[in-house]
Amino acid sequence: MHRTKIKVAEDALDANTTIAHANRADFDREGVAVVNLMSAPGAGKTTLLERVLADRGETRVGVLEGDVQGSMDADRLSALHIPVVQLNTDGGFGGECHLDANMVRSALPDVQLGKIDLLVIENVGNLVCPAEFRVGEDAKAMVCSVTEGEDKPLKYPLMFRTCDVVVVNKTDLLPHLDFDLDLLLHNIDRVNPEATVMQTSARTGDGTGAFRDWLLGVGREVPVPA
Amino acid sequence: MHELSVSSAIVETALRHAAGRKVSVVDLRLGKLRQVVPESLTFYFEIVGRDTLCEGARLELEMIDALMACRECGHRWDPAPQPEHGEIVGGDLLLPQFRCPECQAAGAEVLQGNELEVESIEVNENQSDPAPPPMAGPSGTGREAEDSAGVI
Repeated sequence: MHRTKIKVAEDALDANTTIAHANRADFDREGVAVVNLMSAPGAGKTTLLERVLADRGETRVGVLEGDVQGSMDADRLSALHIPVVQLNTDGGFGGECHLDANMVRSALPDVQLGKIDLLVIENVGNLVCPAEFRVGEDAKAMVCSVTEGEDKPLKYPLMFRTCDVVVVNKTDLLPHLDFDLDLLLHNIDRVNPEATVMQTSARTGDGTGAFRDWLLGVGREVPVPA
Repeated sequence: MHELSVSSAIVETALRHAAGRKVSVVDLRLGKLRQVVPESLTFYFEIVGRDTLCEGARLELEMIDALMACRECGHRWDPAPQPEHGEIVGGDLLLPQFRCPECQAAGAEVLQGNELEVESIEVNENQSDPAPPPMAGPSGTGREAEDSAGVI
């Protein structure tokens, strides 16, 4: 017996990327824009979606709701009378801490792409793992709330770097916190100087219009608001 | 804990290229911009490889420093210098900096540091008449007795 070295030179996540491309081809064929929305647990993704999708105009929006367990978020968003598909990662996916292209693909038959213009994929709450896996999206956005601390962009740079839009949420709490908003913005700029940064309070609605306009405009060549 | 998924992907990639041969080494190039923890990756690789032809294989990691190039002024820099293991460094020295430190432009290009690449694998080529490895099982197996009988 002897050993042979074999040249591979292949990205380990090629298989995920291939499936992400297949997802993207399906989205494009049906004319569906797709946004991958990520954050730490409890940053306010669902509340932000409740707020902005209540005012979605003519856009037909669907949500793919990723969670390890439970359907609380899907139940909340269903109240908006939009199609919501729950994708639990503990059901056959080992309780994964993120959605990958294959998990999203498995849910597409339920999503009914032909009936929507925009699909929002609300990823599993986690600042590390979801950033590594493409799912076939047009754009990535993240929510970062002011209760999480100014240092998070420095601690989780990949998540902040990978997103086109960073939403700084829960700004209504700023008067009650020892939180340096300028420092957070500076730290976001350090890791992703090209990100579009928005400040919102999903609770009061303050600033959410800009995020709604961006979200509903993804895939439609609408300029990002300044 | 996405290192579990990444490890599975590495094992699958290695097995595909091994084409039925036993894998002894997997060489992986891992960029420092990936948020993959090497110790965790090695831990899961061993588990995921069990009961496959990657069982017992060694995962060799080559860590790749990050390198950015400014599209405006051409300056090159490491945007995410990391301390040596366990070293604590104060101040701004080790904070990530993806805006060009020379001209302050945004939109630099990542030249390296995003790698998560199976570079090569080492496989065991069996001889034409494969025999069980001598230390593989308990001694005095039926197979051994059969062989002895054959010689006599």
